[in-house]
Amino acid sequence: MTWSAAARGLHQPDNTAFTQQRLPAWQPLLSAGIALPLFFCAGLAFLGLGLGLYYSSNAIQELEHDYTGDAGAGSCAACAAQGQGRAPPPPCSCAWHFTLPELFPGPVYLYYELTGFYQNNRRYGVSRDDAQLSGLPGALRRPANECAPYQFSGGLPVAPCGAVANSLFNDTFSLWHQRRPGAPYVEVPLDRAAIAWWTDYHVKFRNPPLVNGSLALAFRGTAPPPNWRRPVYELSPDPNNTGFVNQDFVVWMRTAALPTFRKLYARIRQGNYSAGLPSGAYRVDIAYNYPVRAFGGHKLLVFSNISWMGGKNPFLGIAYLVVGSLCIVVGFVMLAVYIRFQDQDDDDNDDE
Amino acid sequence: MGRATTGEDLQDNKDTAFTWEVKANNAAYHQQFREKGFLCWRRRKYQTNGIHTAKYSIFSFLPLNLYEQFHRVSNLYFLLIVILQSIPEISTLPWITLFIPLLCLLLIRATRDLVDDIGRHRSDRIINNRPCQMLIGKSFKWRKWKDLCVGDVVCLTRDSIVPADLLLLASTEPSSLCYVETADIDGETSLKFRQALAVTHYELISAKTMAAFNGTVICEDPNSRMHQFVGSLEWKSKTYALDIGNLLLRGSKIRNTDACYGLVIYAGFDTKIMKNCGDIHLKRTKIDLFMNKLVVLIFLSTVVVSLLLSLGFWLQGREMKDKHHYVSISHGKGLFVESILIFWAFFILLSVMVPMAMFIISEFIYLGNSAFINWDLQMYYEPHDVPAKARSTSLNDYLGQVQYVFSDKTGTLTQNVMSFKKCCIGGRVYGPDNEDGTCPKENPYQWNEFADGKLSFFNEELLGIVRNKRDKVVQEFWRLLAICHTVMVQEKDNQLLYQAASPDEEALVTAARNFGYVFLSRTQNSITLVELGEERVYEVLALMDFNSDRKRMSVLVRTPEGSICLYTKGADTVIFERLYKRGVMEANTEKILSAFTEQTLRTLCLAYKEVEEHTYQQWQPRHEAASVQLQDRARALQQVYSDMEQGLQLLGVTAIEDKLQDGVPDTISSLKKGNMKVWVLTGDKQETAVNIGFACQLLTDNMLILEARDVNIILDSYGEQNKMVQTPKRSLRFQLQNEVAMVISGEFLDHLLVSLRKEPRAVIQSEVEDKAWQEMSAIRRFSMMWWSLGTSLSTRGSKGKRKQESPEARRERAFVELASRCQAVICCRVTPKQKALIVALVKKYQKAVTLAIGDGANDVNMIKSGWLGVGRGGADPRGPRSRSALPTAADIGVGLAGQEGMQAVQNSDYALGQFCFLQRLLLVHGRWSYLRICKFLRYFFYKTVASLVGQIWFAFYSGFSAQPLYEGWFLALFNLLYSTVPVLYIGLFEQDVSDAQSLKMPELYMAGQKNELFNYWVFSKAIAQGLFTSLVTFFLSMWIIRDTAGPNSLGDYQSFAVVVALSSLLSITIEVMLVVKYWTLLFLGTVLFSLGSYFILTYATQSLWAYRLVPKTFPFLYVLHNVLSKAPFLLVVLLNIAVNTLPILALRIFRHVLKKPRFREEVEAAPSEVSEEPLPQLRRESRIRRSSYAFSHREGYGNLITQGTSLRRPRGDNSDTNVPSGFLPDEVEEALPSTPREPRKISFLTARWPGQAVPGQLVVVC
Repeated sequence: MTWSAAARGLHQPDNTAFTQQRLPAWQPLLSAGIALPLFFCAGLAFLGLGLGLYYSSNAIQELEHDYTGDAGAGSCAACAAQGQGRAPPPPCSCAWHFTLPELFPGPVYLYYELTGFYQNNRRYGVSRDDAQLSGLPGALRRPANECAPYQFSGGLPVAPCGAVANSLFNDTFSLWHQRRPGAPYVEVPLDRAAIAWWTDYHVKFRNPPLVNGSLALAFRGTAPPPNWRRPVYELSPDPNNTGFVNQDFVVWMRTAALPTFRKLYARIRQGNYSAGLPSGAYRVDIAYNYPVRAFGGHKLLVFSNISWMGGKNPFLGIAYLVVGSLCIVVGFVMLAVYIRFQDQDDDDNDDE
Repeated sequence: MGRATTGEDLQDNKDTAFTWEVKANNAAYHQQFREKGFLCWRRRKYQTNGIHTAKYSIFSFLPLNLYEQFHRVSNLYFLLIVILQSIPEISTLPWITLFIPLLCLLLIRATRDLVDDIGRHRSDRIINNRPCQMLIGKSFKWRKWKDLCVGDVVCLTRDSIVPADLLLLASTEPSSLCYVETADIDGETSLKFRQALAVTHYELISAKTMAAFNGTVICEDPNSRMHQFVGSLEWKSKTYALDIGNLLLRGSKIRNTDACYGLVIYAGFDTKIMKNCGDIHLKRTKIDLFMNKLVVLIFLSTVVVSLLLSLGFWLQGREMKDKHHYVSISHGKGLFVESILIFWAFFILLSVMVPMAMFIISEFIYLGNSAFINWDLQMYYEPHDVPAKARSTSLNDYLGQVQYVFSDKTGTLTQNVMSFKKCCIGGRVYGPDNEDGTCPKENPYQWNEFADGKLSFFNEELLGIVRNKRDKVVQEFWRLLAICHTVMVQEKDNQLLYQAASPDEEALVTAARNFGYVFLSRTQNSITLVELGEERVYEVLALMDFNSDRKRMSVLVRTPEGSICLYTKGADTVIFERLYKRGVMEANTEKILSAFTEQTLRTLCLAYKEVEEHTYQQWQPRHEAASVQLQDRARALQQVYSDMEQGLQLLGVTAIEDKLQDGVPDTISSLKKGNMKVWVLTGDKQETAVNIGFACQLLTDNMLILEARDVNIILDSYGEQNKMVQTPKRSLRFQLQNEVAMVISGEFLDHLLVSLRKEPRAVIQSEVEDKAWQEMSAIRRFSMMWWSLGTSLSTRGSKGKRKQESPEARRERAFVELASRCQAVICCRVTPKQKALIVALVKKYQKAVTLAIGDGANDVNMIKSGWLGVGRGGADPRGPRSRSALPTAADIGVGLAGQEGMQAVQNSDYALGQFCFLQRLLLVHGRWSYLRICKFLRYFFYKTVASLVGQIWFAFYSGFSAQPLYEGWFLALFNLLYSTVPVLYIGLFEQDVSDAQSLKMPELYMAGQKNELFNYWVFSKAIAQGLFTSLVTFFLSMWIIRDTAGPNSLGDYQSFAVVVALSSLLSITIEVMLVVKYWTLLFLGTVLFSLGSYFILTYATQSLWAYRLVPKTFPFLYVLHNVLSKAPFLLVVLLNIAVNTLPILALRIFRHVLKKPRFREEVEAAPSEVSEEPLPQLRRESRIRRSSYAFSHREGYGNLITQGTSLRRPRGDNSDTNVPSGFLPDEVEEALPSTPREPRKISFLTARWPGQAVPGQLVVVC
């Protein structure tokens, strides 16, 4: 053979770990040494987490009231009956009275909850124009086709267009507190400033450029959605909270994943109420505008405080507890199995 | 005897139309003919010699390739989806979601096709541009192969390759002979001769006469029958018959002929070798087909699910439409129309479940695994600088499932090098002194001017004895080797060049030459030797042919001293019968013989006797009479020969080693351990094949070897039993009790196949007349029947069904069943087509994965088994059912880059340098590839289901409105990027055990054969696990968010989408980390990459920049950022992952722990029951000795020698009585190179052309 060690054939493959499939490798075997500690550690960690979650969730108080106005249920029943079959329903107001025997610790959040409302319906969900909402002047005049049938109204482009915006939740609430029986109701300040996602409020939703410093002029030549009573630039007197950047509007436009959803309405953290709601009688005045009875939905008002992990959520803690305990049980079973078969292995080795 | 050819004869009468007309030197004539082609386009009837195997040209690439790609249903489906997506009413996903993957898929495929086709273009160009001399005007000019046309006259010189099928017109050799080597066609390295018609040979003596030649050849249309040609030459108003003996086939090589002239009869694709090449058709692996089936399954289930969901919409829709006023469904359409739209919307939405990316990735995986094969240093054959090459990149996983290995012998198992290894003279063994392979320091044969350096045998003692001239037996031994043979000699550069019909003979004569008994030259009736420097001329009185009955060859010579000697060499059995005494020496020799055969050397016994003058005188007239006898001449001659060959004295034994390639026995034994059946298919004769079988441990002494006779008995008994409607299983049960091997011949097979072809009815009635098609349709039919009865010979077959089965089919079925139970099968004397047929038979009846390995062009058929493709065009009278019942041809062909040209390699799927690399190719690369593709598929289906089925669950909570659960970008990139690279890693790098362990434990290979790693069960498990993951991910997330509220609420659709997506992605990533058994930094890299790409791209598509650009396309502004910045979200994700992973992990651990003892029990139970009940008729005396005498079974030059046609230096008189009566002594003229014309036509030769003869008639001529 004329081939010396140094001579290399023209077609000789490279001798590298990669081409020869000899990469240094570790084979994670499912051995007792790895699996058992893994299960025990995971189990303990999950138990700990679960306990923490469970207790912090339990510590959260929640106060819920269905004000849909089913027959005989509170003062809203009249409003509900009044609005039956009329679109848009006439303005109506009702109230919800409740009493707190002790302090409802703060910060307290006020939510409204809708059930049976399919914000995640595809037709509904796509019926919006993000370009318009991001303040592009062109899109303001030419709403996207997805917005139909809420694209044009009387020849004018609808702003904000689409079904989502059109169905904006328009009940309003005010909270009154009566410290002592007989005492006058004092309005509890509701902080409605930062209820939307920061990024939504500051980035995603933008008003069109002002014309002569006026938002109204900027929206001139557009029509409000058919169900709205006010044009978009009059949603709030606060110039920072009106138009497309109105917080209620922004919150509403972040559509919910499931047909039952809560949306933040306000926070209670100002003045005397920064520590929570003191004991006493309360009244919520409700401007009952939003029709839900047509589709069998419900409207709820929820007071809740929060913990480090958010709102009340017993399920998460329980789930963690269950998973953690199962891990530990499985760990023990595994230990038993290992011990049993380890013995067998030894026996076999002895036989050999 | 005649039966064997019936198969071909049957066809001949029918489909041979003699419409092929070739006019010499008349190109214009041939160009005018047109045949009906596609539509109105008419192609030329007579093609030019250029071949064009490439599929595309520059202009046709794009449309053709796209057309081909969209032939794939999957591509069409995705195209449909993309089109559907553009309809706004039903568009549920952004257009990018499917368009980008489709584009990638098309691009990747097109690139691959392009690269492939460029390679084909290149090889076409090389072949088409080979030079050859062609008659133009009145002189020969160099032209390219592709310029040749039918009717051209071509001049070929020594060692040039025949460019087309030529009618030999004239040659420079005497008797217008032309020697060719057909190694590239049939793999035989021995020389063959072709002969021109006398009339052309003598008339066409110059370029001028050639130019004036205007004969017309009328012959059969181009066909694939390599050994048959019928035609006639009309010239000068006379007609001459032509047959295959006049034809030079494309691809053969001119040898030992200075120049020859031919007329192109068939060119280009019409040539026999090209006709034999068969269709190029796509081979697909079981897994590939299975994968397609599963994809169809998934597709169907998406359709069903879409239907159900739209039904749900329809049921809920009324309420939704009437009451949910805020949803803007209200414009115009009826509920039914809406439901249909929703169906399509779901159809699009769920189309992401149909794993398109799987096709892309599996292409990469196939490509990568092929690259690893190419890169493997341990499969690199350094001496020839040949790395292994995966030429087909789509069969890798098949390598891990092979059940049958069909191997060629010559050049594949053996090196096709015969070396003189040992000899035994007068009862003494002379082995090589240089056993350990070291060469003696100086050439021991220096004293001998004729010595040939090729001989590696050297024995100083023997040499001494020879040179001393002490021992008469030794002298006669070497003299015999120098005299008794049919080798032709030629002088070239003052060197003697021996040409033998078989390499064995050459080895023997060369050995004699080196030991001082140099065969110098021969004439018709004399042999000249140089014995230790002294030139001696022996007069040849008779040359007694070898044939397979006689198993010996003798030469009767008159020594220069005047005495008469008979030199005989032959198989031990026949020689020992004819010895005049059985003394100690003979007994010794017999022992030695056994020892030699044990070492699987090819032995040959040598004997001689001195013949009394009067004995000869008595015998000679009888011989003469017998040789002119008209009837029964062969038998008469045999009798005469036999009378002479009596009372011999044993000289010794030669032992020739048919050198095996390195590592062949090891390879075969480990293949056998891996539960692969190794079949050797060879054109060689039985004894040689069996000998090699023993040499490479395919056969062992304690095996029961079934031969054709035994097989017939078994099959007959099986048939009888069947008639009596007994359990057919019983008849074959004995197989299991013994190690059984089968040795059968091509003749036997032909017999089987004749019964196949004779099968009437359906086959004959069908209108398609192509023979190959008929063969195939017969097989198809039988395989259909076979399957209707089940694959095993079980009792399941009902009587009614059994009645439909013809006895032939039953016989064939039983044969395959029988053969498949044999540990080894050797088929000898099989033609290339038979090789392919055997492979096809096994494939059809056993549903097994087969691998064919060979190195010569004769193996091409087997490797490609391409003839199966022939039938595809024909209408199938039995409808599509029979077609679908058959697996498409899907063998693996492995070509060895060996000595027999590159034909095999060019047609193979894998090219190797050595046979022993097969071990690594199968056990390591094949197993890994299979493992990889299976794991890949399992995981891929899992992850697709795990992450994408959530969309279905979501439909229940979104009013069946086909709202996608995920962001469009996630869907678009999930299968393309986020989850791809680890999957790709599995497919490319996964190893469960290292290569060394794979080789050490061939048993591991069986998992692939049994389809264990991926089947419906595994698939359903993967789907179940995927469903579990998706359920957990979706419902856990949903339950958690249902009662969350607050600033951290993930109750909004976008957060929910991202949380579910993130949970799914992380869960499946953890799963891949658990699945992969081969953790490298690279794997870590792939995991990090895919997760990284998710985060980066998600951030990018959710960035303000993107949102500003097109708000509608990037609506998920900052969602992931918000999700990640809040602890509760992370807790949800963590919970999801834990619930997804831990139970599966626990299950795996338990299975892992519990499996170990069970496995051990299985191993212990493995030794199976062995009972003794061999069939009585199979019992026979044990084979003490295997004779594998060293002869070619083809006709050699015996006839030529006795007729003197090819001899240039005739000496002595012409008293040879072996010439048939037609050859009068005065016709046997001197044939000097200067006057190569000889006015004789040797009909004898052409009539008995071996290729035409029945295999059983093939006479071995020495």
